[in-house]
Amino acid sequence: MKLAISADGPQLEAQLDARFGRCAYFIFVDTETHAWEASPNPAIDARGGAGTQAAQFIANQGAQAVISGHFGPNAFEALDAAGIKMYAAAAGRVESVVEEFSSGRLKKVTVPGASGHHGGRGRH
Amino acid sequence: MNNGMKQLVILSGKGGTGKTCVTAALAHLAVEDKHQVSVVLADADVDAANLELLINPSVLQREDFRGGQIAVINQETCEGCGECAAVCRFDAVHEKNGVYQVDPIACDGCAACVYQCPIQAITMHEQVVGQWFRSESRYGPLFHAALRPAQDNSGKLVTLVKQHARLLAMDEGHELVLVDGPPGIGCPVISATSGADLALIVAEPTRSGVHDMRRIFLTTEHFGVQALVCVNKADLYPAGTAEIETFCEEHGIELVGRIPFDAGVTEAMVHGQPVTVYRPESPASEALRAIWAKVLDELQDSQYE
Amino acid sequence: MIIAVASGKGGTGKTTIASSLALAVSPASTTFLDCDVEAPNAHFFLEPTFSQHEEVGLLIPQVDEERCTACGRCAEVCQYHAIVVLAGKVLVFPELCHGCGSCTLNCPEDAIKEVPDVLGMLEGGRTASGIYFARGVLNIGEPMAVPIIRQLKAWQPVQDGEVVIRDVPPGTSCPVVESIRGADFVVLVTEPTPFGLHDLRLAAQLVRDLELPAGVIVNRDGIGDRQVDDYCREAGLPIMMRIPMDRRIAEALAQGHLLVEAFPEYLPRFQDLYAQIRTLVEAGTGSELQTQSTRIKMGSLQGIRQTE
Repeated sequence: MKLAISADGPQLEAQLDARFGRCAYFIFVDTETHAWEASPNPAIDARGGAGTQAAQFIANQGAQAVISGHFGPNAFEALDAAGIKMYAAAAGRVESVVEEFSSGRLKKVTVPGASGHHGGRGRH
Repeated sequence: MNNGMKQLVILSGKGGTGKTCVTAALAHLAVEDKHQVSVVLADADVDAANLELLINPSVLQREDFRGGQIAVINQETCEGCGECAAVCRFDAVHEKNGVYQVDPIACDGCAACVYQCPIQAITMHEQVVGQWFRSESRYGPLFHAALRPAQDNSGKLVTLVKQHARLLAMDEGHELVLVDGPPGIGCPVISATSGADLALIVAEPTRSGVHDMRRIFLTTEHFGVQALVCVNKADLYPAGTAEIETFCEEHGIELVGRIPFDAGVTEAMVHGQPVTVYRPESPASEALRAIWAKVLDELQDSQYE
Repeated sequence: MIIAVASGKGGTGKTTIASSLALAVSPASTTFLDCDVEAPNAHFFLEPTFSQHEEVGLLIPQVDEERCTACGRCAEVCQYHAIVVLAGKVLVFPELCHGCGSCTLNCPEDAIKEVPDVLGMLEGGRTASGIYFARGVLNIGEPMAVPIIRQLKAWQPVQDGEVVIRDVPPGTSCPVVESIRGADFVVLVTEPTPFGLHDLRLAAQLVRDLELPAGVIVNRDGIGDRQVDDYCREAGLPIMMRIPMDRRIAEALAQGHLLVEAFPEYLPRFQDLYAQIRTLVEAGTGSELQTQSTRIKMGSLQGIRQTE
């Protein structure tokens, strides 16, 4: 399965970035082969709609599950529609978060979080 | 999840009710108080950032803020067909003597013109629309920003300023992020309020003030943020203060204090200090100390919910 | 002629000035627009009877699922990420949409039509003295004030010879720009304090960027210090009126009284203010400004008619 993790850097040693929509990088990990690659998050500078843009991005990359700290309502709705399962982690290095996921210790997210950041219309 | 760190936002709905003076006083009281709370300050009124005028910070770091993109027409290739002006819903494309230009102030960055241009003569360009700063003040670190006039994206800049304040508070173990909010109820206010544990609404007992206090309270309620109310210049119009009291009672909001009309507040502003520093014995300072005690209680209560 | 009453800082007395100025001009040919749609207050002072109501908002996309092939073109062109295509489905996020229409224009299957999304309300009517008053009110929880202001400005046609007074929201960002755009003159209301000065500078910069003539009114004169005066002199901004700090004025305004009614001695002063504005506008680049205001009147976003 292809797993996406929001991270603050482009390596397995990077820390989990708790912000889904505006994380610095996504690390994609194949849970069977442990192959991985990092991509900068194209939504990081979005003026609004970072959550939906990031969701579209990881869906296009073929992710089937995603780990982050917080999923806002728009990101949740988009990921849910794409059939991408969401898991919440508090903190830690990407590699240890993946381990927690593999051993079934991460909680599945079934309700959207509060609009964490600037979720509203970009133009005020 | 956030290490017990709390976020308090000062709001008002109506402008000029005294948000910033209250914020500066609370920042001072937090540090001075016998229960000392370590604070990170965030000025979320990026349109008109005034908090720095009362706490005299020194800037440690200054970064450009890039706003959205705007469309630019390449005059060398443009054939003047006018498609761009026809699709623009923001009145941003203007024609003069057959030359089409985008008004950067009016452009919303939707790129509709980019896609409609039959010869690809329009491209999107990112703009630096302001700066944000990390500063040090005697009351704690301050994150603030200056948005160039006539720029949009103040909501995004508010979010950025707040995010940096929160991250620093978490990293260094500060207990409180104190956010000076913008006026109104729209985009930047929503950005300033989201994620707050508590809002303190500074109401003014005028007909306008009461009306706007209701609207900002309904906004905090809409976003699920608990609110307290204090009344500034409470003795100016007793009927207005009474109306605020009734509203608070009906909605189960705690009215945490009444700050009297006090010339000391303006004098303190002229001297660039919180009123609680410049005139510690003045009636406004007394009232602010009482308000701080109640706000602190409420913040501590919410910790164990 | 369109006069915008603005200030960087909130609570300096914009509404006080705008409402009294409206009464000082001939009421029957005056339109008052309360552009502070987040915190609209001018109706407390001018007390209009609203006879027109109209819901306004944006046109947002609605996708015809039978026609849609999920090609993803709409998501690609949307700069706001308000429309996404995931697992063969199109999702629209109305609160992210700016109503630009680009997705509709670019859909190769013609599968998108636009439907209204209500953000707020326009209301209009006459005051007892005959002023035509209109305001916009942003719905609670809605972040976007600009489309409402834009539609308020375009709502009623402005007749020749009519004076339009716009009460502008505080600050210097988009809603302020939208409220000022197309005006012939900007009155900047400030108070002589460090906050007032700081925000006046920003507002003055904005007015310069928009290339509009402006003048300053110093409210609560006597509090604070002299720095606003010094600044206006350096910046070449005329101080057109001073209203002293007077607790009786503050109390009357708190109760919702009009300044010129509670203190009739102010009426001639406001008439003089209007005369000063006219002189400055007529002396200035009148023709160029005229084109601007005509352009604004042709605001392109549609309202949703709903007269009660």
